[in-house]
Amino acid sequence: MIKVEKLSKTYQVLRRNAGLKEAFQSLFQKEYEEIRALDEVTFDILDGEMVGYIGPNGAGKSSTIKVLSGILTPDSGTCVIDGRIPWKNRKSHVREIGVVFGQRSQLWWDVPVIDSFELIRDIYMIPKEKYESNLEELTVSLSLEQIIKTPVRQLSLGQRMRCEIAASLLHSPKILFLDEPTIGLDAVSKLAVREFIIQLNQKHNTTVILTTHDMQDIEALTSRILLIGKGKILLDGSLTNLKEHSRNQSASLDEIVAQLYRQYEI
Amino acid sequence: MKLYLKYLSIHIKSILQYKTSFLLTSIGQFLVSFNVFLGILFMFQRFSNVEGFTYSECLMCYSIVLLSFSFAECFFRGFDMFAGMIGNGEFDRILVRPRGLIFQVIGSKIELTRVGRVLQAIVMFCYAIPRSGIIWSASKVITLVNMVFGGTVVFAGLFVIYASLCFFTIEGLEFMNIFTDGAREYGKYPVNIYGKNVLKFCTYLVPFALFQYYPFLYLTGKSNQIFLAFYPILGGLFLIPCYLLWQSGVRHYKSTGS
Repeated sequence: MIKVEKLSKTYQVLRRNAGLKEAFQSLFQKEYEEIRALDEVTFDILDGEMVGYIGPNGAGKSSTIKVLSGILTPDSGTCVIDGRIPWKNRKSHVREIGVVFGQRSQLWWDVPVIDSFELIRDIYMIPKEKYESNLEELTVSLSLEQIIKTPVRQLSLGQRMRCEIAASLLHSPKILFLDEPTIGLDAVSKLAVREFIIQLNQKHNTTVILTTHDMQDIEALTSRILLIGKGKILLDGSLTNLKEHSRNQSASLDEIVAQLYRQYEI
Repeated sequence: MKLYLKYLSIHIKSILQYKTSFLLTSIGQFLVSFNVFLGILFMFQRFSNVEGFTYSECLMCYSIVLLSFSFAECFFRGFDMFAGMIGNGEFDRILVRPRGLIFQVIGSKIELTRVGRVLQAIVMFCYAIPRSGIIWSASKVITLVNMVFGGTVVFAGLFVIYASLCFFTIEGLEFMNIFTDGAREYGKYPVNIYGKNVLKFCTYLVPFALFQYYPFLYLTGKSNQIFLAFYPILGGLFLIPCYLLWQSGVRHYKSTGS
């Protein structure tokens, strides 16, 4: 159970105009602009739920994920996940969660995937039997058999993403955060990843929180959508709720979302 | 410790993927330090001694500093490269793993190419020791070990400070190299030759002198006070402020990008 209440986080962003002269000026006089990445964000997520977290670039999606996974400390507000406060009980918290950053790798670049898996096993201190059964299961369901002995640098993006997901699940976390897991993947890999996530949720009742710009991901995976813009939660409901916001019933999901972004001026 | 060995083994496996690159980098490291060795040699062809220290004593001093610097760079490289780790999000990954942060930073970067410098330091040792006229005894050997160990600790502390400052600036701070690379270069001579003020600075602020100058006096027999041999251990106290700075840095962490 994830309980988030009035979470706020502000960043200071340095502003300066283009040009060498401006660059020199900013050495002495700095203009900061405060950006509210999160503005009293409040929501609850139950065990086993699959939630799609959408919003335009810079809306605060990644910041939320980073707070929930204990990377960032918020300025104010509370967040309790199964009784733990992520940024205070970091070690005990991260043992129970898995995080996939779509644009960043957690695998060691130069060595075969299996070596990375074994290091992760030792980092998380996963017992031998559990590791072996999890690895077996992940290898089958993500079809890793052919690629597990290949160095990461020689994998395609789709193959690598499958390995990334497997790496995040070796310690059987209760909650899985996916930050743009299908970014840059071809159709086949996307479908494979989606199918796997559904399977995982059904079999292990893993809570999945997914950020994406791909509305098909949302359609295929999630029963609930959180829309965030300028740090505020604007909509919390099902896909049908989202569609109701559109005047044009035949519009595609992408169009509906684009229209919503315009409507909320985010 | 077992996990550290696993980290080490994955680094070795990575290196084995690029054998030529590893070899060339190591040779490069060796030659860079060899250059400095030549510098000292030419210097002493004109002057027979510097502030009472002879040629072989200076070589000895330099090899000790070089050895500790190479060890620190080899095993604490993560802190030296920390700006990059913050920039590319590697540190985010470290934060979502259930192990100590410092341990993971150390484990994630082990720079084995520094073996080239270690080798150069050892060559200089072998060259300097028979010429130095030091009468070796158990206490002298302990002094030597203390010096190398204490030096590694002080350099590691400097890397930690460097890394901690990255939390506030995100970018690396080039000026910190004055203390790390600078100390390595100036460390070829016992620091007292640079004058009283530098010696004070290197004793109380950044404790270079504690592992270099003071125990070196005992090692070369310029002083008979055995307590000088244990000054490098005092240098270990330097780690306390470094650690505190690191802690406050972690609390300031803002992460980057998507």
